Amino acid sequence: MRKGSSDLRKGRISDCGFPPPVPRPSSLKSNSKSIQHHNTSIMALSKEQIAQRIAQELKDGYYVNLGIGIPTLVANYVPEGIEVVLQSENGMLGMGPFPEKGQADADMINAGKQTVTVLPGGSFFDSSTSFAMIRGGHVDLTVLGAFEVTDKGDIASWKIPGKMVKGMGGAMDLVASAKNIVVAMQHCSKDGESKLLKECTLPLTGVACVKKIVSDLAVLEVTEGGFLLLERAPGVSVDDIRKATAGRLIVDGEIPEMRF
Amino acid sequence: MNKVVKDAREAIKGITDGMTLMVGGFGLSGLPENTIAALASSGVKGLTCISNNAGVDEFGLGFLLKNRQIKKMISSYVGENAEFERQLLNGELEVELIPQGTLAERCRAGGAGIPAFFVPAGYGTEVADGKEVRVFNGKPHLLEHALNADFAIVKAWKGDTHGNLIYRHTANNFNQAMAMAGRITIAEVEELVQAGELDPNQIHTPGIFVQRIFQGKNYEKRIERLTER
Repeated sequence: MRKGSSDLRKGRISDCGFPPPVPRPSSLKSNSKSIQHHNTSIMALSKEQIAQRIAQELKDGYYVNLGIGIPTLVANYVPEGIEVVLQSENGMLGMGPFPEKGQADADMINAGKQTVTVLPGGSFFDSSTSFAMIRGGHVDLTVLGAFEVTDKGDIASWKIPGKMVKGMGGAMDLVASAKNIVVAMQHCSKDGESKLLKECTLPLTGVACVKKIVSDLAVLEVTEGGFLLLERAPGVSVDDIRKATAGRLIVDGEIPEMRF
Repeated sequence: MNKVVKDAREAIKGITDGMTLMVGGFGLSGLPENTIAALASSGVKGLTCISNNAGVDEFGLGFLLKNRQIKKMISSYVGENAEFERQLLNGELEVELIPQGTLAERCRAGGAGIPAFFVPAGYGTEVADGKEVRVFNGKPHLLEHALNADFAIVKAWKGDTHGNLIYRHTANNFNQAMAMAGRITIAEVEELVQAGELDPNQIHTPGIFVQRIFQGKNYEKRIERLTER
């Protein structure tokens, strides 16, 4: 690990100047390390730790699209010795960190409309070419946030009835076409309601597309039989995860703790 | 060949009430600022605007929204504009939301003479309502139709008198696809040069797609979210 492995709680997100999270999905607001659930307090991962765990999914040479929020933080934890190229769907490969003070350029922004830089080897292109990369399956990994996911891989991430609709942006294109989608999310709402469900209650972004979920409690894979529990957050029990998961959960043998 | 017009006011001649316009840009990046300003002072109204975003309150298409010149927005993300929200909630504004990649491809297809195509984006969601579904390679796809506009309004970094355009960095975004899809395409550029001065190898939009071109002035190039190290 390049960053943060010695002191996870500090969440050194600003080290290489990648964009801090823009609070978009309201569910991602909380940065608390404990959630109330069934009258017990569970030590859960911080947003930075979720990002750090997702970074372990990166492989050398990957082209990666990181969504807004926790996914953006993944860029801070790219493992040593691995080179990945970040795609920004408004038209850039090789997205780099924020510019130095005074160097911001209105012509160089990311999909969250933040000023960024381009790394050596980067390229610019138009929106239809950008989504040709996405739709054509050329992007190796997509990481995005979600309000809800189901044990069949459905995802709801763009619209909450009764709230102002802002639009889906590129989320529907990304989830419909990515070869590999990892969702970064909180396992439960602030009220303790599970967000890993049998059916989404919110309008869908895509169906049967999510492959893996890294929540503040667990790493899970979406399989035919439901959410297959792969790893637990440190200090979180299988029983805690079972209680926090409304969709079908498969627990097969001993479940290891996440390692950072 | 005479594509060069004096300024934005001359460029928008023929844009009348009720027309459909494509407006390039992503957020506030790559916006045709001069042409939008000219439209705002022209008073033309009842416009349908195809644009990825709807500007912010005091910039971009926000100017036209404030003047109630827009009847309908066709966009992928519109969440940065309070006046937009107010008009939408009061039923004064129609909005059609389209997945971003589908929006870009519908513009490109419009310019490329492809009337419709299939994409997987939006299958199983409300975007699929009323659309034909076909399965290709085991995966369901939606039939999406091309978009065209009476006028496409784009912004480039450099252009020449033949209408060839070069964009800069991520300010290309929707401009390139939209430039293809206007019955008349207006390009405003930061620097207008004589034909022959741009390297033909570097042209993004060949001049055939552009009918009117002018050198804009006083570019504000506002930044929506300034983020620094």
